Amino acid sequence: MQTFRFLLSRLAKGILVVLAIVVFDFVLIHLAPGDPAAVMAGESGATDEAFVQQLRTKFGLDQPILTQLGLYLWGVVRLDLGFSYRQQMPVIDLVMDRLPATLLLTGAAFLFSLTVGVAAGAWAAAHKGKPLDRLITTIALVFYATPLFWMALMAVLVFSVWLGWLPAFGLREVGGEANFWERVLDVARHLVLPAVTLGLFFTAVYVRMTRASMIEVGRQDFVKTLRAKGLSERVIQRRHVLRNAVLPVVTLAGVQAGQMVGGAVMTETVFAWPGIGRLMYEALLQRDYNLLLGVFVVCAAMVVVFNILTDLVYRLVDPRIEVSS
Amino acid sequence: MTGQLRRLLVPSISAFLALAALPGAALAQQPKEGGRANVVIQPEPPGLMLGILQNAPTQMVSGNIYEGLLRYDEKLNPKGQLATSWTISEDGKTYTFKLQKGVKWHDGKPFTAADVVFTADVFLRKTNPRTRASLAYVDTIIAPDDETVVFQLKQPFGPFIRMFEVGTMPIVPKHIYEGTDFLTNPANNTPIGTGPFKFAEWSKGAFIKLVKNPDYYEKGKPHLDEIYWHVIPDAAARSVAFETGKVDILPGGSVENFDVPRLAKTKNACITDKGWEFLAPQSWLWFNHRGGLTADVRFRKAVSYAIDRDFAREALWNGLGSVSTGPFAQSTAFRDEKALVKYPYDPAKAKALLKEMGYKGETVRFTPMPYGETWLRWAEAIKQNLEDVGIKVDMVNTDVAGWNKKLGDWDFDISITFLYQYGDPALGVSRAYVSSNIAHGSPFNNVGGYSNPEVDKLFADGATAFPDSARQTIYSAVQKKLSEDAVYAWLIDLKFPTITHCNVKNLITTGIGVNDGFKDAWIE
Repeated sequence: MQTFRFLLSRLAKGILVVLAIVVFDFVLIHLAPGDPAAVMAGESGATDEAFVQQLRTKFGLDQPILTQLGLYLWGVVRLDLGFSYRQQMPVIDLVMDRLPATLLLTGAAFLFSLTVGVAAGAWAAAHKGKPLDRLITTIALVFYATPLFWMALMAVLVFSVWLGWLPAFGLREVGGEANFWERVLDVARHLVLPAVTLGLFFTAVYVRMTRASMIEVGRQDFVKTLRAKGLSERVIQRRHVLRNAVLPVVTLAGVQAGQMVGGAVMTETVFAWPGIGRLMYEALLQRDYNLLLGVFVVCAAMVVVFNILTDLVYRLVDPRIEVSS
Repeated sequence: MTGQLRRLLVPSISAFLALAALPGAALAQQPKEGGRANVVIQPEPPGLMLGILQNAPTQMVSGNIYEGLLRYDEKLNPKGQLATSWTISEDGKTYTFKLQKGVKWHDGKPFTAADVVFTADVFLRKTNPRTRASLAYVDTIIAPDDETVVFQLKQPFGPFIRMFEVGTMPIVPKHIYEGTDFLTNPANNTPIGTGPFKFAEWSKGAFIKLVKNPDYYEKGKPHLDEIYWHVIPDAAARSVAFETGKVDILPGGSVENFDVPRLAKTKNACITDKGWEFLAPQSWLWFNHRGGLTADVRFRKAVSYAIDRDFAREALWNGLGSVSTGPFAQSTAFRDEKALVKYPYDPAKAKALLKEMGYKGETVRFTPMPYGETWLRWAEAIKQNLEDVGIKVDMVNTDVAGWNKKLGDWDFDISITFLYQYGDPALGVSRAYVSSNIAHGSPFNNVGGYSNPEVDKLFADGATAFPDSARQTIYSAVQKKLSEDAVYAWLIDLKFPTITHCNVKNLITTGIGVNDGFKDAWIE
């Protein structure tokens, strides 16, 4: 019951946050010079003023800006994200068309960084001060400090161009006949490089966080008690230390999960992954206001949802939180 | 080091081009049927309805789906496409086209003269500003029978015969568009043409798939089974895609210029600069004639003298293209080298002119065109050229939409651009110089605001003079006048190299290049 009430209040706040973000983004976007009609007219290489005006009228860009904002908000409230000027399709169709690819990529990256990061961090903590610990923390530091796009390009160079092990770009091989499992395998092969590249930064963060947190928890009195009780070191580390040490990791995982939708622009661009980040970036360059706002709304909603989920996970991992709140 | 490298690379590219230019090598072989062409498309087009969308990527893909009445060879002579023969009356006012028999739309409906009349008289007049301007010279378009179309002009219009290329006048199906709102017709998402390839699938953000039109009216064509246009947003990734063999064809402009020499040297790579004769892209510096330093002809001349075009051609354009000496590109009709006042690289003259006008180090704003690395680097090179003769330059950087806006609002002193010339001065040159084409809101009209009644009259007369000898006299005079005024600083007639794997044969067969469709192409 308490959880239910908590959920309700968080959802109500979340909706307000999303609406506020819409207004803020709307203003920001309109501050950028140029509009979609001018971009489309410019692309055609030849145009006259009548044509641009015709486009503006068609898009409703000749209306006062407050009217445009009002119409847009009214649309969002009714879950109508409007029409992409440039692609002549409903925004929601375009977004939903690209969302699965992004969720697949960021979800894979999320799982990769969480499992590898926590495992490596725990391993390093267990060998604190020994060469293995130093090796793991050094590698983590390198990944932490290297820019993503450089890592992506190097990964392509090594694994696609030199070794030829993995495909360099795209989500799947085009053309040809393939059954379901061949297709799954194909997508998985395409997924490896972008997902690992995207996940490396957070992997490094989790490694450092888990290691530090476990070392700290390991010093606490209850661990001494457990040792005195005669429990094996493995059980102590896995059942008791890790479980207590994982809370800060969950917080960070919530942050990473919030970036699931909007945070992969660079990776999607380098690997030609047909996801929503690229859709957003292209919409920005083309001043496709409706499409850009639509992506922002979906991103904002995702962040809100993942924040709520993170709070719920807190309660699962550490029941003391529910009692105190 | 880099200079040395360049000297090594530039001749090697020229050598490749010389090889590519050897006639007959590909023609002698028997085309192989089947196979798939993997091509890069950059950026992803907003749509494929060529009668509505005119941007470069749409033209590139849709040239396979739609067709024009004519095509043009590299000398810009007309060749038949949907029209098999054509006659122009003695007075230059009546154009009669005989159409191909037995042509079907991709949905199986027959193609007739009524489609041509609908396209030219109704559809394009509404949707295509560039075609609309030329169609203003046309009085009536009629179809006396199903296989004949007659264009009756109000007065002679010399360039009219160059208007029937697929990008300018793509024939669209009357039975699908008549009586609908053209811009929102749902059929725009599944384009129906008469061309050698049909639209099959578009996975947004990933690829566009075209398949062979089995009912194509030219027997035995096309040779390819399918074409995949791959959307790869990162320039480095596009190069990698070619190197790893994922794509076989890099159309002009799809990789950065500095990657071209490297790719040209990879195994099995062939490169050609053919196929740009019709579009004839010419680059220049816009000057804002409305006031400030750039309104002074001495300043404009100084800038023209200050720029080292040969350096840019060698260093930034891999030695391709040719230095522009005037407002007409090399392959554009009626170009007259002798009529031009020229501005070779001469910093001393530039300095003298600046001194003469009493230039005191005022700043000029230079707004580069954000079309990729090459253009930004070129802008930096030009900035350095100008600073070498003592001109103070303030770079105003922005993205494409911002650049459109700044030029459309005339908010600049100097900018850089390139425009297609479409083979004829009346189609592609006059638009940047006549005062009737000064209007807010577009970066591709007479953005500089040059206004000269004498030039206006010459261009107006040139468009309608008859026959060609009369046009030549007028256009020679206009080239003299424009170059005397140093209206803009003409830079380079550009060539964008097409890079392919060498087993791709017969890809470029006309002056329209890759945009003209892949009906003759085959893969060994």
